[in-house]
Amino acid sequence: MENLSFVRTELVPQKAPPASEVGMIGWMRTNLFSSIGNSILTILSLYCIYLVIAAILPWAISPTWGAASLTECRGVLHELGREGHFSGACWGVIRERWAQLLFGFYPSELYFRPVLAFIGLGVALAPVLFDGAPKKLLWFTAIFPFLCFWLIWGGSIWLPISIILGFVLAVVAYSFIAKATSTLIGVIAAILTPIIWWLFVASPFASTLASILPIGIQSVDSDIIGGFMLAVLIGLTGIILSLPIGIVLALGRQSDLPILKGVCVAFIEFIRGVPLITLLFVASTLLNYFMPPGTSFDLILRVMIMVTIFASAYMAEVIRGGLAALPKGQYEAADSLGLDFWQAQRLIIMPQALKISIPGIVSTFIGLFKDTTLVGIVGLYDPLLLSTNIRADQAWNGILWELYGFIAVIFFIFCFSMSRYSMYLERKLATGH
Amino acid sequence: MSNTSNTGEQGFQFSQLLYDTRYRSMTIQIVALILILLAFGWLINNTVVNLANLGKEIQFKFLGEPAGYDINQRLLEYNSQDSHLRAGFIGLLNTLLLAFLGCVTATVVGVFVGVLRLSNNWLVARVMTAYIEIFRNVPVLLWIIVIFSIMIEVMSPPSAFRNGEASMLLNESVAITNRGVYIPEALFTRSLGDISLFGESALRFDVSLDLMLLLAVLIGGIYASIRVKRRADKIQSETGERPTTWWQRLALIFGPFILVLMALGFYLGYPELKGFNFKGGTYMRNSLIALWLALSLYTAAFIAENVRAGIQAVSKGQSEAAFALGISPSRTMNLVVLPQALRIIIPPLISQYLNLTKNTSLAIAVGYMDMTGTLMGITLNQTGREMETLLMGMAVYLAISLIISGVMNWYNNSVKLVER
Repeated sequence: MENLSFVRTELVPQKAPPASEVGMIGWMRTNLFSSIGNSILTILSLYCIYLVIAAILPWAISPTWGAASLTECRGVLHELGREGHFSGACWGVIRERWAQLLFGFYPSELYFRPVLAFIGLGVALAPVLFDGAPKKLLWFTAIFPFLCFWLIWGGSIWLPISIILGFVLAVVAYSFIAKATSTLIGVIAAILTPIIWWLFVASPFASTLASILPIGIQSVDSDIIGGFMLAVLIGLTGIILSLPIGIVLALGRQSDLPILKGVCVAFIEFIRGVPLITLLFVASTLLNYFMPPGTSFDLILRVMIMVTIFASAYMAEVIRGGLAALPKGQYEAADSLGLDFWQAQRLIIMPQALKISIPGIVSTFIGLFKDTTLVGIVGLYDPLLLSTNIRADQAWNGILWELYGFIAVIFFIFCFSMSRYSMYLERKLATGH
Repeated sequence: MSNTSNTGEQGFQFSQLLYDTRYRSMTIQIVALILILLAFGWLINNTVVNLANLGKEIQFKFLGEPAGYDINQRLLEYNSQDSHLRAGFIGLLNTLLLAFLGCVTATVVGVFVGVLRLSNNWLVARVMTAYIEIFRNVPVLLWIIVIFSIMIEVMSPPSAFRNGEASMLLNESVAITNRGVYIPEALFTRSLGDISLFGESALRFDVSLDLMLLLAVLIGGIYASIRVKRRADKIQSETGERPTTWWQRLALIFGPFILVLMALGFYLGYPELKGFNFKGGTYMRNSLIALWLALSLYTAAFIAENVRAGIQAVSKGQSEAAFALGISPSRTMNLVVLPQALRIIIPPLISQYLNLTKNTSLAIAVGYMDMTGTLMGITLNQTGREMETLLMGMAVYLAISLIISGVMNWYNNSVKLVER
């Protein structure tokens, strides 16, 4: 025990890591210049970024916000000594026409109505999208679609009310008849009553009430509705309606009833097999042929019907993917609990299948919203067609990039936030480990 | 078997149709079928009545009448005296050309971007993410119009080539003008000529024998090269030594091809500035270029995401196992990760090809004469036959979609993991 050698009693102080491994330089060495190939790639990307910025930034920084025409823009730039085609942007067109790009030819004194509708949309979406919002707002969400259409198209308030009454009647009919007889007859009654109401009673009801109590706001023609308001209207209608229709179609495609399955498959494959533009042509030229002689309804409504049908077929495929991804044990567990088909779907299958298909559903929504630009081809004033229209004005003849940039940025904001929301939703609903 | 119900003794009751599970599905289906048939009957009846009121009837005679309009970009000969059917056929070929070009380019760019997005180089990954997000979140129609405008506004007119303001690229062989792009065309001094198919009908077209011969030689070369690879694989699995075959394979693919080219007297016909425009060479209109670029860049962003997801879906243990066996990173990628990722990538890739093919119909926005522009555009407007032209157009698109998905599904099945 005597020959114990001395052992250090305290730790040697740690040396600072080499400068090449930490801090900015270390980060750059590991992430940007880890090998020769990586260094070349980094330099190439830097060069690309430089090219893009060098092309766009000098053009975009241009003091032409106040200009009232392209010639005036050129004048302003000329005084600064900037000449040529790409010397600078002419932002005056955005200042003068941004409202038109947002609202189309909607009368400017009525802009408050779409703005109100847009704010209402935020309020109505809050309880659906976020947990924190009060759940009582769901009542507002339920009546919001009618409120929105009334705000934008205007007219008598009794028309939307009489349409809402159809739904109220359905609920009333179901609760009374289902109690008195059986659930099935209740369901049939709940489907038939509102249809009869809408077809035969609703419009005389609304016109009678309108003549007694004329409450309403100035009505607006469909053909002056345009811009991003139109895109949002069409997109939103498609989104709201395509989800339930898509669920029904997906269930039909998964069912073991051969006739129903065949019809659903044929419908889905047909719609997915043709381009949206042909369906829009059908909406603009053929749809009136399919209706009883004498009926003619609005082009926006026809386009909405076709867009909804189109989105439903895609939605059905996305949801079918979710249904197929669900383990068979879930279906068997539902059966062993003695749940019937609809109970099993509502309580066990759909919540999980929809959760799996969130990314697909949201990308269908994004695709649908982007596809609303196609309605310009059948003559509705979507933002792109409006930009052509603005160019037809003598003052702005020749303006391209400013308008396209503005439209692209707004679409980007909408679509990018939708995809970010879907990521948030996926994280929120994740129950894995 | 005792609980199958005792209805046999009581005889059939009407309510069984609803409450007995043996009959219920039948009842539901028959009711649904009747409702669907009624709805269809109603629609068809409405259509017939409406058409009768307008004095129209569904007939396809208009297809034989002269079209009377010109098609500016075409693969076959056509003049305005040809029939509407011929115009539609030319349009269909334009659609297919665009879809083919787009799919190839989109795949190449998409795979490239998707792999680079996973790069461990921070900057490259960010740049690729930016590209993907920017292209995915802006409508494709806007991209088409923007690239078309760039073609028209930024590129020089042919006259600028005369006075030296602009010059041709790649050793005076490619001219990019605001009217389109001129590239050299393949010409043969000892050409074998053409075969004309389908006589004088609207679907007539000439098949170049030179092209067919070259294709046959190329396919034969590729087949022989695959045989060489198979043999090398076999030798490797038997002896462990892999013979060097790359030069044999290259020679098999390109040797006969080059020989045939020389035998046919191959030379390039360059575009030349004559008068106010370029002559010679192959001319691709600016609308074709704009559509091609926009559709492939847009679709490539989606394909890149599929590729990334597919590569990430291969479990990390697979590549770690390969490294543990001492396989090099590049061979790990080729032999372990990619074959597994491919199975995940192919189904979404098919739907991207379908989307691109359907999006070619946006050609109408920039005046490229695809099938939407001819059959469902000018022909529809000139003859006023919405029902017939739209039905035909939709049927053709549907057929193209079904063929693409059929072929790709067949391929998908052949690479599918065989499970128990």
